Amino acid sequence: MNNVTVTAVVKHMKKTPALSGVSMTFGGGVINGIVGPNGAGKTTLLRCMANLLTPESGTIAFETGGQKLTPAQAKKFIAYFPQEPSLYPDLSCAEHMQFFRALYSLNAADFKKRSDGLFAATGMGRFRARKAGALSGGMYKKLGLMCVLLNNPEFLFLDEPTIGVDPVSRRELWELIHRFSAGGMNVVMSTSYMDEALRCGRVFVLNSGRLIAAGAPHKIMEDFKLKKFEDIFLK
Amino acid sequence: MSSKEIIRVENLTVAFGSFKAVDGISFDVKRGEIFGFLGANGAGKTTTIRTICGLLNPSSGKVFVDGKDVSSDTTALKPHIGYMSQKFTLYKDLTIKENMEFAGALYNMKAADIKKKIKVLADFIKLEFDENSIVADLPGGVKQMVSLCATLLHEPDLVFLDEPTAGVSPQTRADFWGLIKDLSGRGTTVFVTTHYMDEASYCGRIVLMSAGKIVAVGTPEELVENNFPKPFAELVFKDARAVEKIKTEINASVFARAENYGAGLRAEIIDNGRFKIFSADNKNIFEIKTSAPTLEDVFLKLVS
Ligand SMILES: Nc1ncnc2c1ncn2[C@@H]1O[C@H](COP(=O)(O)OP(=O)(O)OP(=O)(O)O)[C@@H](O)[C@H]1O
Ligand SMILES: [Mg+2]
Repeated sequence: MNNVTVTAVVKHMKKTPALSGVSMTFGGGVINGIVGPNGAGKTTLLRCMANLLTPESGTIAFETGGQKLTPAQAKKFIAYFPQEPSLYPDLSCAEHMQFFRALYSLNAADFKKRSDGLFAATGMGRFRARKAGALSGGMYKKLGLMCVLLNNPEFLFLDEPTIGVDPVSRRELWELIHRFSAGGMNVVMSTSYMDEALRCGRVFVLNSGRLIAAGAPHKIMEDFKLKKFEDIFLK
Repeated sequence: MSSKEIIRVENLTVAFGSFKAVDGISFDVKRGEIFGFLGANGAGKTTTIRTICGLLNPSSGKVFVDGKDVSSDTTALKPHIGYMSQKFTLYKDLTIKENMEFAGALYNMKAADIKKKIKVLADFIKLEFDENSIVADLPGGVKQMVSLCATLLHEPDLVFLDEPTAGVSPQTRADFWGLIKDLSGRGTTVFVTTHYMDEASYCGRIVLMSAGKIVAVGTPEELVENNFPKPFAELVFKDARAVEKIKTEINASVFARAENYGAGLRAEIIDNGRFKIFSADNKNIFEIKTSAPTLEDVFLKLVS
């Protein structure tokens, strides 16, 4: 089982506290959702977990295949998808996948299987030859996600992957992510869509750098007596 | 053209090479309305907006704004149009004030007028940050509101907002839509795209696009009623673990579509009689609620 344990993590971004001592465990088997309004600390937490930021205090520990790893050791098992991915405007979709294949040193058979699967699942198959600079906003986002998923990582950290993605594709991406998660990948994703919070197996609700609730979404709704999930931020 | 219409699009096609991003669409937008332009990724929404704003040329067909053909008359229209783009909105390393000054200069506004207008717009969005704050340091929702201000600075009477609330949290999205309604109340025409279907229901009229073509037009209520005359059912089960099994067992003559919803299922009923029999037979059903069809349901049905 792949696990990430965050313990008492504190991180300031330009003097403002982005995370004021948060602790939680992201287990595998279900999709872990980080939910919170703008500025809640979602991105900072994911960037700390992806070893792109170092917490001022507190620890983040990883476990995969029975081995305990520090963030630096875990780095090669982690894929991080930022809110605003940067791609090469002059490379086509197919060329992007080739580029990332080289980066991840995938063999031809694995590459073909995964790449074809991703093109199919995202509906991007028709646009293999199109340059990233000529993609629509949502298509660009999907290509970025495809490049990250190609690596089939043990830990997948996604920062608001479905912003700008249309409702049909959003469902398809969810199914895809569900499949990865069911296959043993540890998936942690942030979202500001409340309907997506309900689709997570486990959610962690952040507000102003603090964890205000955690657990199965319907359980949180029961415990806090919520009619709509977003009302948690009014409590 | 009657003066009721501020935009008229006639048989518009916009092609990149042999690929038609917009493929023979026609519609019009009434003065002062909130017009929602919805559709799948790559459907051609941004391309259409850029063409109406005179930034791209039609491959064929015509676009009129205020009765004038945009492919011949762009300079005259520029002061009347505001465009908040999907990709670029503000310079992140400049302050709010500097961004506004830059936007105002593009429209040849006088420094004193810009200064006055910044105050008015800061009030309009209830800005809680100093105008000397660096844009990169603002929360996402505030950034979007500030870029709305930059779009409104020269007082356009037609504004295009391309996914203005993408990635903005629910409460701030509601505030943003409050601003859109205010604008429309003052007579400004708002042409807006969004992938949030709850927002789409605030629009007066909607066009739904898929792969360059229009697949539906109407008010939000019309689109829902025309596509789903009957309510949906929400089923809550005693044993939630059975959901997947029930989903596969569900008889296609009872439900048209069933999807996971919270710990249960939400389904479109196609035959009320059969549904009653199904629910009476199924001991695992704890509760059945009716659930109103939404624009999201319409989108899923018409765009795939
Ligand atoms: N310069 C270009 N060259 C080639 N194709 C282009 C160019 N610009 C846009 N396209 C294509 O035109 C189609 C429509 O793109 P557009 O940006 O209008 O979509 P959209 O409806 O705004 O999508 P989204 O919801 O993702 O923003 C897409 O397939 C896109 O790849
Ligand atoms: Mg677009």
